[in-house]
Amino acid sequence: MTTTRRGFVGGAIGAALSVGTAEAGTTKHFEGHPGRYGLLHDTTLCVGCRSCEAACAEVNELPPVDVQLEGSQVFDTTRRTTETSLTVVNRYLEASDDRPPVYRKLQCMHCNEPCCATVCLVHAFEKTPEGPVVYHPELCMGCRYCVMACPYYALAYEYDDPLTPKVMRCTMCYDRIKEGKLPGCAEACPMGAITFGERDELIQVARERIRKHPDRYINHIFGEHEFGGTSWMVIAGESFGDLGLDEGMTTEPLPAIATSYLGVVPLVVTIYPGLLMGMYAFSQRQKQVAKDEREEAVAKAVAQTEEDARKKLTAAAERAKKDKERAVDAAVKKALTEAREGGEA
Amino acid sequence: MTDVTVDAGPPTVTKTGLMTPFNIISGIILIGGAIILGIRFTQGLAATTNLNNTYPWGLWIGFDVMSGVALAAGGFVTSSAVYLFGMKEYKPVVRAALLTGFLGYLLVVLGLLADLGRPWRLPYPFIRSAGPTSPLFEVSLCVALYLTVLFIETTPAVFEWLGLKRFRKFVGSLTIALTVFGLILSTMHQSTLGAMFMVAPTRLHPLWYSPHIPVHFFVSAVAAGLAMVIVEGMFSHRAFHHQVEITEDQFHRINFGLAKAASVTLAVYFSIKVVALALEDEWHLLASGWGAYYLFEVLGFVLLPCLLFAAGYRERRIGWVRTAAVVTVAGIMLNRFNITFIAFNWNNPTTESYVPSWMEIWVTVAFITFAVVAFRWIANRIPIMYEHPDWKGVH
Repeated sequence: MTTTRRGFVGGAIGAALSVGTAEAGTTKHFEGHPGRYGLLHDTTLCVGCRSCEAACAEVNELPPVDVQLEGSQVFDTTRRTTETSLTVVNRYLEASDDRPPVYRKLQCMHCNEPCCATVCLVHAFEKTPEGPVVYHPELCMGCRYCVMACPYYALAYEYDDPLTPKVMRCTMCYDRIKEGKLPGCAEACPMGAITFGERDELIQVARERIRKHPDRYINHIFGEHEFGGTSWMVIAGESFGDLGLDEGMTTEPLPAIATSYLGVVPLVVTIYPGLLMGMYAFSQRQKQVAKDEREEAVAKAVAQTEEDARKKLTAAAERAKKDKERAVDAAVKKALTEAREGGEA
Repeated sequence: MTDVTVDAGPPTVTKTGLMTPFNIISGIILIGGAIILGIRFTQGLAATTNLNNTYPWGLWIGFDVMSGVALAAGGFVTSSAVYLFGMKEYKPVVRAALLTGFLGYLLVVLGLLADLGRPWRLPYPFIRSAGPTSPLFEVSLCVALYLTVLFIETTPAVFEWLGLKRFRKFVGSLTIALTVFGLILSTMHQSTLGAMFMVAPTRLHPLWYSPHIPVHFFVSAVAAGLAMVIVEGMFSHRAFHHQVEITEDQFHRINFGLAKAASVTLAVYFSIKVVALALEDEWHLLASGWGAYYLFEVLGFVLLPCLLFAAGYRERRIGWVRTAAVVTVAGIMLNRFNITFIAFNWNNPTTESYVPSWMEIWVTVAFITFAVVAFRWIANRIPIMYEHPDWKGVH
């Protein structure tokens, strides 16, 4: 499956937020700590003996794996890593005429930019300068976002522990590496299918093998660039899709994709108060304008009514005055007439 | 839980006795839930849930957290409409919506406490070791703050009930600030809940995965919040009819307004879902089995209620509006389930699968019951469904 996804607002903002690997606001690119270690799994050399599983259980003090007892029925199902088996070997292809069965070892890939570390809200994962991604159980809340996020299904959780459950995964034997020892699985592999070393050198080793035996290998190192690259890398003679690995994945680190949206968050915090208070002001202003208009209309109507009433009153008063004058005139006239008539009589 | 008469406000009907059918059934559910949680904290998640290494998140995250937050969006949607945008006609439903929101978020936190491996470390991101690159860090910060905001937004009713005039006046003066803050926090964490899945482009089916999934979550939460206000009103207005002051006609008018808003929101949601298909050029995926299931969700639980809301609004059919609201609420749950554990691990290379255990379902039902009982208990005492006579028409 092809996975090329653009981030929410472009990868730049997201990359700035990823675990201290990219620098914000610059064009610089952090290639990772120089000289960091990695492991190369050559599936063409793996015979499915599961020595690595047994060694892993031993060095991590987990329930022992009895390879002899379990026999080859183990390969009838496709297994995944669990809280008690930090690495498992699966058979992905049966034997054919021209080649033996194909096995692949599963474990935490120790990504260059681990998304388990990015999505952890208590920073319980740490990419060490030496290469391994280490886990700090003393910080873990047990939300299991890391288990959900891992594209390699490599993380497991102690669901049966009621009070102190931990996330369980390959540690790349960080303590042994610091002591100068090999990781348990690399030491135990009788076929030389697991090579430990500096990651840059392992890429050279892988290229050299592919160059020398083009008929034996596919020209691709899984983990060199996938999702920003991993510490564990795989080379194979069959397509990686047949070996349970997604083919054609983007080289963009998952943390950049995962956090691209978080760049929007500060914008919400800064834009919303002004925008919302503006909207509030508009709705208040609308109300005020409506109120003012109503008051104005009422005032106008009152004034008009008063004016009309005043006019009516004046007219009535004038009429009354005229009536009065007329009445006075009439009375005077009448009195005069009566006086004249009386004089004549 | 007995109903008691309140001192102020309209008289409440007083039922006597604890042994009502409602109380008996909810009591059994709650006691059962408590027992299961007891098992969870003594024998672990493995003894109570069907969670596994491939499906680390199940019903408690998919329902209690993912759906719970979306369904509690009614609080910020209605309070913003009334207090910020001046749509005063919706005021009679704001308090109930805010209380539903507060209880909804409380349910989210309870669900989280049950699901977290070490829940007592809940404050660790803020006091011990911060992981600000995590979308979940932002979600927990926002949820913590918003729960506080919702709590303060519920206190005016409490102070009215207690007759604490000065406190009531003080929290009343915070209304606008709290509403703005609530809207900011809601925009952020509703969308960031979606952003949490951006880390899984290979594990979440491409039809559900989108670089715009944060926007999908936010818009669908607004629709869910509106629908939930209608659904909650359906029950509370019947249960508290003796308290309700507005007429049936007024109440229906409010519902039609909400229906109109929900219809527009669902139309926007449907459009951005189509845009997501076009942006990633995923039309061909519709022809697969997953495609058929995706269409079932988007046509049946987004487009259908969108049209039903519109028709109900136009024809003034309260029944259609309520049906559409129930379908929308179910649709949000379906969407969050799909993203959390159904369309998640769609190309699962392992042999593990996930179906919730009966104990997970029981605990979830117990949490919902707890919220309903709490709503009833609070609304029977403090002025939620009506305005306190001393504070009519005040913020």
